[in-house]
Order: sequence, then structure tokens, then C-alpha cells
Amino acid sequence: MKETKKQYWKGLEELTKNPEFEKNAEKEFPEYLPINGESEGTGASRRDFLKLMGFGVAAASLAACETPVRKAIPYLNKPADVDPGIPNYYATTYVNGNDYCSVVVKTREGRPIKVAGNKLSSVSGGGTSSQVEASVLSLYDKERLKGPELDGKSVSWADLDKEVAKQLASAGKIALISNSVFSPSTLAAIDQLKSKYAGIEHIQYDQVSFSGILSANEKSFGSRVVPSYDFSKADTIVSFDADFLGNWLNHTLHSKQFAQTRRLSDKKKTMSRLYSFESNLSLTGSNADYRSGIKPSEQATYVANLYNLIAAKAGASKVSAPKLADTAVLTKAANDLWASKEKSLVVSGSNDENVQVIINAINNLLGCYSSTIDLAASVNTRKGNDTQMVNFIKSLNAGNYGGVLFFNCNPVYDHALGSKLAEGLKKAKFTLSTSDRKDETTSLVKALAPDSHYLESWNDFEAVAGKFSFSQPTISPLFDTRQAGESFLAWAGNSTSYYDFLKNKWSAGQSGDAQGFWDKTLQDGVIENTIEASAATFSADLNAAAKGLSTTGSDIELVVYENYSVGNGTQANNPWLQEMPDPITKAVWDNYLTISPAMANELGLELGDMKTQLVTLTVGNQTVKLPALVQPGQAKGTVGVAIGFGRTKAGKVANGVGVNAYPLISYKSGAQNLNVTSGVKVEMSGEEYRIAQTQTHQTYMGRENVIQESILSKYQKDASAGRSQPMISTYSGKEKPGAISLWSGHEYPNHHWGMTIDLNSCTGCGACTVSCQAENNVPVVGKEEVLNRREMTWLRIDRYYSFDEEIVDSKGGALAKNAAMEVAAAENPEVTFQPMMCQQCNNAPCETVCPVAATNHSTEGLNQMAYNRCIGTRYCANNCPYKVRRFNWFKYHDNDQFAENTSMNNDLGKMVLNPDVTVRSRGVMEKCSFCVQRIQAGKLGAKMEGRRPVDGEITSACAASCPSEAIVFGDMKDPNSRISQMLKLEEGENGPEVKEPRAYHVLEELSVKPNVWYFTKIRNKENEKQG
Amino acid sequence: MLKKYSYNSNKGSSLKGLLFLSLIFSVLLTQNVAMAQDAGTTIPSDEAVISSGEKLFKANCTVCHAVNEKVVGPALKDVHKRRDVAWITAFVKNSQKVISSGDPYAVKLYEEFNKTQMTSFDFADEEILSIVAYLKAESEKEPVAAAPVAGDTTGGAVATEQEPSGMVNILMIVILIILVLILVVLAMIISVLKKYLSQKDELAEEDKEIVNQTFDVVALVKSNAFLGLVAFIFTAIVLKSVIDGLFTIGVQQGYEPTQPIAFSHKIHAGDNQIDCNYCHTGVRKSKNANIPSPNICMNCHSAIKTESPEIQKIYAAVENNQPIEWVRIHNLPDLAYFNHSQHVAVGEIECQTCHGPIEEMDVVYQYAPLTMGWCINCHRETDVNAKGNEYYDNLVELHAEHSKEPMKVEDIGGLECAKCHY
Repeated sequence: MKETKKQYWKGLEELTKNPEFEKNAEKEFPEYLPINGESEGTGASRRDFLKLMGFGVAAASLAACETPVRKAIPYLNKPADVDPGIPNYYATTYVNGNDYCSVVVKTREGRPIKVAGNKLSSVSGGGTSSQVEASVLSLYDKERLKGPELDGKSVSWADLDKEVAKQLASAGKIALISNSVFSPSTLAAIDQLKSKYAGIEHIQYDQVSFSGILSANEKSFGSRVVPSYDFSKADTIVSFDADFLGNWLNHTLHSKQFAQTRRLSDKKKTMSRLYSFESNLSLTGSNADYRSGIKPSEQATYVANLYNLIAAKAGASKVSAPKLADTAVLTKAANDLWASKEKSLVVSGSNDENVQVIINAINNLLGCYSSTIDLAASVNTRKGNDTQMVNFIKSLNAGNYGGVLFFNCNPVYDHALGSKLAEGLKKAKFTLSTSDRKDETTSLVKALAPDSHYLESWNDFEAVAGKFSFSQPTISPLFDTRQAGESFLAWAGNSTSYYDFLKNKWSAGQSGDAQGFWDKTLQDGVIENTIEASAATFSADLNAAAKGLSTTGSDIELVVYENYSVGNGTQANNPWLQEMPDPITKAVWDNYLTISPAMANELGLELGDMKTQLVTLTVGNQTVKLPALVQPGQAKGTVGVAIGFGRTKAGKVANGVGVNAYPLISYKSGAQNLNVTSGVKVEMSGEEYRIAQTQTHQTYMGRENVIQESILSKYQKDASAGRSQPMISTYSGKEKPGAISLWSGHEYPNHHWGMTIDLNSCTGCGACTVSCQAENNVPVVGKEEVLNRREMTWLRIDRYYSFDEEIVDSKGGALAKNAAMEVAAAENPEVTFQPMMCQQCNNAPCETVCPVAATNHSTEGLNQMAYNRCIGTRYCANNCPYKVRRFNWFKYHDNDQFAENTSMNNDLGKMVLNPDVTVRSRGVMEKCSFCVQRIQAGKLGAKMEGRRPVDGEITSACAASCPSEAIVFGDMKDPNSRISQMLKLEEGENGPEVKEPRAYHVLEELSVKPNVWYFTKIRNKENEKQG
Repeated sequence: MLKKYSYNSNKGSSLKGLLFLSLIFSVLLTQNVAMAQDAGTTIPSDEAVISSGEKLFKANCTVCHAVNEKVVGPALKDVHKRRDVAWITAFVKNSQKVISSGDPYAVKLYEEFNKTQMTSFDFADEEILSIVAYLKAESEKEPVAAAPVAGDTTGGAVATEQEPSGMVNILMIVILIILVLILVVLAMIISVLKKYLSQKDELAEEDKEIVNQTFDVVALVKSNAFLGLVAFIFTAIVLKSVIDGLFTIGVQQGYEPTQPIAFSHKIHAGDNQIDCNYCHTGVRKSKNANIPSPNICMNCHSAIKTESPEIQKIYAAVENNQPIEWVRIHNLPDLAYFNHSQHVAVGEIECQTCHGPIEEMDVVYQYAPLTMGWCINCHRETDVNAKGNEYYDNLVELHAEHSKEPMKVEDIGGLECAKCHY
């Protein structure tokens, strides 16, 4: 693979060789000491220093003399199943609005500390997402409501119930507003409420609506459902702006399914091909083999044209569609789809029912409804009806509603017509909310009946028809909150507790051992039945749909999207999510306008290192000012902005971060439209702004072979395609880097822990990064410190852009370094994600430079870090070729300066800390430990039972959370472990040798011999170079 | 308390010999009886079964049962003689069922123990059999073995630890005496020689000076060399004591705080021989040994010594819903991870090794320094309890290839940072 001199870059500043970036790239941190406000001019004198030191010594010795008396307080009456020091695990279900995941929660001393996927669930697939991982911190949010309130005053539940019952009886027409509710028991409780008060109408809406798909399926197949999609069966996938790997529908499961089709081995040398047509660069687009940047207004045209191409092959009648200028990729997609008939899938993120009808028609022609799409297993997480909600807001303003109940939703913030709703609320006689905090909506209502957090609740869910999942409390309610379901029952005059209600409902139909059934259900967390699919007959009027397509666009079109950290903003007050770098933009603590490099040139936007400018975005009559972020891959003539930011009443962490993009969403013939295709204006404001982006931190100084990739056809011929095989010169000629070494090597008699990361499976979603943060007590540092390049994450995902080979060569061999060239390269780059953590090198460069041996090697292959020995020279970080070591510049715990680090700075937040992992203090170095606490716990468990550990029982937090199973952790000494099998380990002369041709070490030429192996990325692209 | 003789493989070899002899003796004595009783189901006498039974017994049963004494439930010595295996199995699995079936023995037991229900255990039949096998083995060796151990209540480790230092001291004293003797002899020789020289007249000037030298103390004291030496010694001593003093900061060896309730380990663990595991329920399965919650105290003290003012404090705590705030004695720093189960269940280390003669303490004090040096030292000296534990099989084999010494904790990475610091 000599001919691929692909250039990889992490951001435009690197590509364009921005002078500011170049200056800082060489340094670990942009500024040197002093780190806190420099003292003016003179600085501290020597005498001051001595005085301070003398005082310091005296104070330290005084403090040390008096050992504080510590108390040990046992339980008064120890619960039988709680043993201090031993974790308990409970299966439960994470549900937040329309986000769903079946999970297993780890509790210690009765407090939940970590969430992991439930492997028994076929609906969420056993993985998690960043939102799910972070949700355990949301439980300990101090800004949650402490109890019920009435007109701003705390009341008892009994008093509240009395008042609510009185008001509901007299309010007349009442609306119950919620996001999609897919809990059968909650719905049953709502039904009881409805039957008691005839005036109640239940209206559901979703922040990102699927009503287009719902209506399209009603028209096409007569049932208003969102079907289940099975990407694992698809050989060709075409996605029109449906970010199914990021946040579209059931993304955790989709990631798993997609990864299954991308995994390669000796037995399976084929993989799926993904085409993506989209405007913003999304996770799906980044993982696509062929990605085309299109304007939102063009999507309908593309879809119609694709239909015509497929129809031509199938012999079906065509529809009228505008001509496309360039149909090369679309034709290719059509050919592939047709070739893999019945093993293909076309999805669209559009909320236009006409587009979705044509998508259905394409899938119907391809025979997908008997294979990759299951209408019977309908997905219940998106039932929102846009028209109903819009009509309600109008009607409320007209004074037609006497009462409004908000069930765990916040439409004043997250609905486009939120401000109108806020006005209308004044006209309602009685308003109530069950939200967990005084958010934008709840602060406007009269009665607050706060719902418990999902980790404090009982419930059942039916996310997919026939597949049930259960919630059980993992902790008693922290505050005086009550489950919304129980509140509904109480107001309906039913005094049963929600637990009894739920249990009776499920035990009712059970013959035999009802208690045994219930226990088993709670233990598993899921009951899954399969509903037989009946044959689907497509019966929509295609021509009408084609005529209804709107294809008019303008010069600048806006796409409102949901990002991968903060999501739709319900968990915005969670600092773990705020500080999680967005997988694509690598920005934290902000939202921004993503603009294409071409538009940046037109606007004359000057960029520095993490420096940009504020722009004014005008949409219709609304104007917002927000920073511009130049995003490679952003389709020409489009701009993007993320929802979920600009909260005003979410709490201290989220308030004032970014701008609220919900009001920019429009409604077209009753359906939510995330795209604004006319009346968008972007103007420079001239004000400077800094966006904290982690993309340029820790660069590899342009060293090659960090990413090794190839294409499928080459891989099929030679499994080592794309591998770089560096050689070094020795006295006896060229040798492999490992052939000679200054180090004497290590012996691993017992275990040898290792990790493999398949770049082909990794979608870059970032669940692992939050999982790591939760498991290892990693502090949140805040935007300022990220700007100073002092983020503390042990695990980061490096996102690389690369040139498409064709562009490089068509410009004539050697790369001409000019701005136009760079813009062309950045127009639609290839993307590669690479999770990067401590590589646990066998010949670790950090170990040799530590003056106090605070970091050294274990007999199990771990590069261990003793915090208490570390004196903070930072030599190790300087010598680490992977830049994975993090220095604690500050004491992040019990420090008001880092109030946003809520997991360490308040009593409640601290409950989330993992008691088996030290909270590091100022002045020490830290890094990924391969989750040594999990290794030790797993080993101890095996020893207690007198056996060797079983493969899979010891795994790292990142591997456990990965929805696509890209990360595999295990013992390389165990020949039968999954990792040994994947690496094809064989005993060689100098210890075990890896025979898997795809496996490589990053920077192999350094011969530091990491214990982390990466598998080459293989794209399913044609070999257009005929090479 | 954890009985010493069952874990004594590491130390006290003479004790072990005695124990072995007594065991053979007791087995010979009881064998006939046992054989006769086993007619129904044969109780295995296989080592492996007994050891798995022992594990199960210690993990599950010791909360209420001991072999020799009545605790909450009856003493289980010779239970296999009293009842057949089928009955025991039925009773362990669901005692209420047996009692309600009207079994006279079961009803009698139930009445005798204040109608305390025995928890049902979901064991497999083989597991119950292994427990019975263990109880049988224990019943047979107990009475003879108990006698010689009773007197020796201090931890074996204490005695062995002091042995080498005693030897060194004696050696040092002997060497010192010899050195002093040599000095005296040398001084005597010098004075004799001086005397001899002074009697001669034809001495050279230099020699005369030496002979007539008078020891000028003042000059010596004022000399730079002397002053330097004194200053050096003084500074060295001060520095050494400062450093030693600094090392003791945070070391609370001997810390003996007053507790809110005057609980005596001597009465419970010493006089009444209650197993440590009975109250410290986590010690064999968890990181924490656990300070017992009052509900465990109530198992006995609902009936025993109810009038004692100290016991009244427990009642008050329960009534007022106010947990008891014990003063924590062993304060390991947060940066060090210590797991009781690793040491007690896997390593089979006695409690006394670290906690000292706890069964003699009326008020508990910190016996060990709990410093890292102390931890590491033990890891250097202690053999890994690898016997019968499949986890270590391969390691033992590898170790035996290049060493004849027993495998120490140190040899399998017990000194590595990330074994305790993470």
C-alpha cells in the first residue's frame, strides 16, 4: 500500500497549517506556568517565598499531629441483600422521553453508581449510549425538585392530591401533554385518570418527530406505526439524512446491527455498503462508504430519482421527478440496491410523509418488508402527533383549555412554538407538571408533582411491540418525589400503589407460580415475545406523493439536528454530557453554526486555534447570534445548528450554554420540519469567540500510520491490505521494529491483559468515553480548562479526516498547497474514528523516565500508575507517544471553582463516585488503568470459587458499554479467550506472536509494544484507481 | 473467632504434629461408631468434599451455628449421629415444612430455640452432604485438638516475629562485650609500654614527646575536628529522630479510643468463643469486614444480659432509630485498597495476624502499624495459600520450575503498585 499517501488531519487548522495552531501543536499546553493570574511585574520576592514556606511547613506539621477522629457507622438494621463492599446489580430500564435502553445498574451500599447494557434485551442489544451512561449522574442532580409544590409553596402529597382532584373536576377541558408514552401500565393509569375526568385529552409530541413515517405507513400499509429496521440483514443501505448510528430511532441496536455487517474475518470476507446523502456530517455519514453532501431541499428529488431508477429495474411505473445534475452515486446506489434485493434497506430522516411514502415504495420494490423491515414489531418510542400538538397550542391560546398537565415534558423549551405555549398557559385555570425540576415549563405552572427518577421507579415499557422491559428502583427516592403513574392513580381515586398496580397487572394472567414469574421477570428485566409479521401490501398513491414533494430551495438552507452528547437537551444539566466532545466537531460546552469551508471563505471567516467568530443567523423573523464552526463535509449551501442547548432553567450546569435552536424549527402542513429551506441569512458579527474543541489537542505531529485502512476488494485479495509494515535499519540489515530492543521484556506468568479495537466496527458514538468517566471518577474540568487543553478524559476518540484519493490525484500528483485545494479536500472528507487510551506498552516510554518510579509495569502487562508516589514532573506525559496521560492541574473535588464538576463537589453528586477508585488530587498524573479495579474484582471472584476467570467476566468499562462491540478486552494468556482468537495468538520464539494480518499497533516503528491492537479500517469502496 | 488449628499450616510446626497425632487418635476412637451410623447415606470422607463443605459452612451457617457451642441454633457436633442425612437435607431446605409435618424431633428443636425459624437454604443435595461431611470430620477431631490450643491464645505470628530480633540483640551484646574487653586490654598494653619507655633515658626528642604527652582535654574540646564531630553527631541524631518522628505521622499503632458502647471482644470472642464471622459478616465475602448492625446484637441480646446499661444503649439506638457511631480504629488511607475476603477467604489468614490478640482485648486497639512497609513485609514472607485452589495451579507449577522455596505472595506480583493502589 505504498501508493496511498493519504493525508490525515484532525481539523481544518491542521490542514491549512494555521500559524497559531502550528505554534501550539508542538506544545502539550499552550501556556506555561504560572497558571493562575500572573502577579504584576515584580513577582513574589524570595522573602515572601520563605515566609510562605515556613508557614506551610508549620501548618502541615500541625495538621498532621492531630489525627481526625473518624466514625464507622453500621446500619441500624442491615438489609439482608446489601453487604457493604459488595456491589448488587439490578436489571432496569432507562427511559428519557423517547430514548430507551434496557440496562443493568450496579449499586454499592444501596446507591447506583454505574449503568451497563442488559445483554438479554434484543431491543437495545446490550450496548448503551452516552446519554444512558450519563443518566446515573442525573439522579444525583441537586437541582431536582425536593417535593410537591402548590403555587410556589411546599405542600404534602395529600394536600396536593386534594387540590388536584378538585381542580381537575372543575377545569373542564384538560390536556395531558407528554412525549411518547410507551409504558403499558402508565398508559393504563392514564386511562383510569381519563375515565374519571372525561375532559382529559392525552396529547403526545416528540422533540424530533417521526410523524412523517407514521403517516406514510398509514397511507402505505394502513397502520400508523414506525417499523423495526434490521440493519444486520442489509447488504446495501442507503440513508437520506437518517442518522441511524447517531440518534435516529433505536440507535444503540442499529449500531450493533450495522457493526455485525461490517465485521470481517477469515470466514466472512464480505461487508455491507452504506450510502449516505445528507447535509450535516453525521455519525452515519462518517461511517458511510459513499457520502454525498446534499441540501435538504434536494432530498425529495434524490429520493424520487432513486425510486425511478429502481422502478426501471423492477418494471414498475415511474413518478415525475425533477432532473438531477449528477446521478453517478445515486445510480451506483440503485444498482447495488437492486443487486442485493431483499437484503437492502433505504431509510430517510425526513418528516415529510410524501418522501417517506416514496421511501416505502422503494423498500417495497426491493422486497425489504419481508426481510429488513418488520411492520409487526412496531417501535412505540415515537408516537408523537405534530398536528395535534400544534392545534393544542393554538386552542390553548384561544382559551379552550381549562387545565394542562405536563407529564415529564418541557414543551416551552423544546417545542418550536414554546413561547406561544408559555403565553397560552396563563389562560388555563389549572396547570400541573410532573417534571423533575423547575424547568422552562414547570416554572410556569401552578402545581408541581415531581416524578421520581427512573432509577427510583417501578415501571414496564413496550418499546417494540411484544418486547417488554421492566424498571425497578435501585435506590429509595432521594427526595419527596412520587412516581407519575402513582400520581395519576391517586388523582383517579385509586389508592393502590403503583408497584401493586404493576405487579397485579403482570401477575394477573399467570397460571402457576406467580411470585416466581415476577421474580424472574425483575431479574431478567425483559420479557420478549415475537409477533408474527403478516404480509404487507403497499397501497399508497405514489403519483400524489411525488406531486406533493417540495423541492424548492435557496442559497442557504438550515438543518436543525440533535447532537450526540447533550441530545435533545432533557439531560442538559449533566456535566458529563456537556463535556463529552461531540464525535464529529469535537466541541464541548457549546452549540454553534456548522458551516462549510467554502462558506467560511465567502464570509471571510478567519480561524485561529479554537478561535472563531460569532455570526448572526437570521431565520424568517428570528435572529440568533452564535459562533460559527467550520465543518468539513458540510454540504455546500447548508448550515447546521444543534438543539438541546440554550437552556435557561435546567440548572447551574446547563443554563446559558449555547443557544436554543428549537424555535427555528418550522411546521409544514402540520408536520415538524427540521429543515429551513428559505429565508436563512448568515452574517458576520465581527466578534471573536472561542469554541473549546479537543480535536487539535494531542496531535501526532504528522506521524503516519496511526490510521491504517484499505478497501474491501484489496482486503479480499490480501488480508493485510492497508497495513503499514515499518522496517528499521540494524547492523544486519532491515528488520521489523520489534526485532531488536533495549528493553529486556517482561514475563507474564499469570495473566496478560490486552485489548483489540476494530476500526471497522467503531462508529465513534462516544458511549465508551462517558462510561470511562463514570467508572473511573474522571473529573469534569469546564470549558475554560478545555480551552487550556487540560481536559482529564482517560479515553478519547480521535476523529481523523482524510483526502479522497481521487481528488488528490486529479490535481496532478504532488499536492499543491493552496487554499482552494484544501477547501476541495475538506468538502467531503473520509472520516475515521479511533478510540485512544493508554496503550499499556510493554516497553513503556513513560516508565523509563519517571524519576520516582510512580509508573511501572505489572506482571499482568499493565502499566500501573501509583498516584501517591507521583511528584508531578510530567516527564511521562512528555515521553508518551500517544498523548494519553493527563495531569491534574487543580484539585477538582471539594473546590468551588469547579462547581460544574458536580460528581465531586456536592454531597449528593459524590454518591456517584466509584468507591473502588481513588479520587485524584492536584499535582499528579493519571491515565487509563485498563479498569484495574474490575480486573482485581474479577480475579478475586475466581479465587474465591477456586477456579480460573472465565473469558468475558473481566472486561473494561469501555468494552462493556460499546454498542457495536468494537472494543474487546481479555486475557491474552488464555488461548481460548475471544481476544486470543481474534488476534490469532501463536507461541513464537520471543513470546506470543499475533498472526491476524489486520491487527496493528499505532506507531509500531517506535517498538513500544502496546497491549492495545487496532484492526485496520476497511471501506467498501470500489477500487477506482485500478491499482 | 476463627479457630487457629484449622489454618495453622504456615506456622507452629510442633503444634501441627501434635494436632495430627490427636487427629489420628480421635479418628481411631470414633471410627466404629461412625461406621454404624452411616448405614443410610454414606457420608463422604474425601478431603475435597470436606473442604467444599467447610467453605459452604463458613459462608452460610456460622451466622447461627457452631460445631461445639449453641449459638442461635444448636451445636452441630455429631449431628450426623443424631439425625440421618435425608432428615438434615429436608430441614436445611425448608425447616418450616419439616416442623409443620409434625416431626417430633423438629418440633422439639423449634420449641427449645424459642421458636426461632431457621432460614431456608437452596442448596443442592450434594452440597448439604458436603457440609455434613465437614461437620462429621470436625466432630471427630474437635475435643482432643481443642485442649492444647486453648492455652495458646496469642497469634502465632507474634511469637515468630520476635524471635529473630531477640537473637540479633544477644549477638550484638556479646560483640559489644568483646569489643570493650579488647579496648581494656589495648589500654593496658599501652600503659605497660609507656612505663617501660619512660624508664629509658636515651630516647629521641620525638619519642620523648610521645611518652610525656599529657592528655590536654581543653585543647581537644576546642579543636575543630572534635567540634565538627560533635556537631555532626548531634545533627545526625536530631535528623534521625525528626525523620523517625515524621514517619509516625498518621501511624496510629496502639490507637485505643473510647467507644460509645463498652463492647468487649474478650467476652465475646475470647470467653464465649463466638466466631468472628458471626458478627463481622462481610469478612469472608467482602472488602469490608462490616461492623455488626444492632439487629445482629439482638440475636443474642434480646435474651442475654438485657439489664446491662451498655446493652440498654443498643436498645435505645434501635428505639430512637439512631445508628451507633463507633469510633473507627483502623484508618487505612483512601488511596490503599484492602480487601478482607482476599486475605481471610482466599489467603486464609487469621484475624489475629493483623488485629493482634483481639480475643484478649476488652477495648480494641490498633495492633499493627498499618503502614505500607508492614503490608509489603507480610507479602514477602507469607506463602500463597494455593492448595486446592485451581486459580493458582499453573502459577505453582511455574514457580516450582525455578525455585524450591514455597511460593510467596511477592512471587505472584503481590508487591506491585496496582494490586493495592488504583
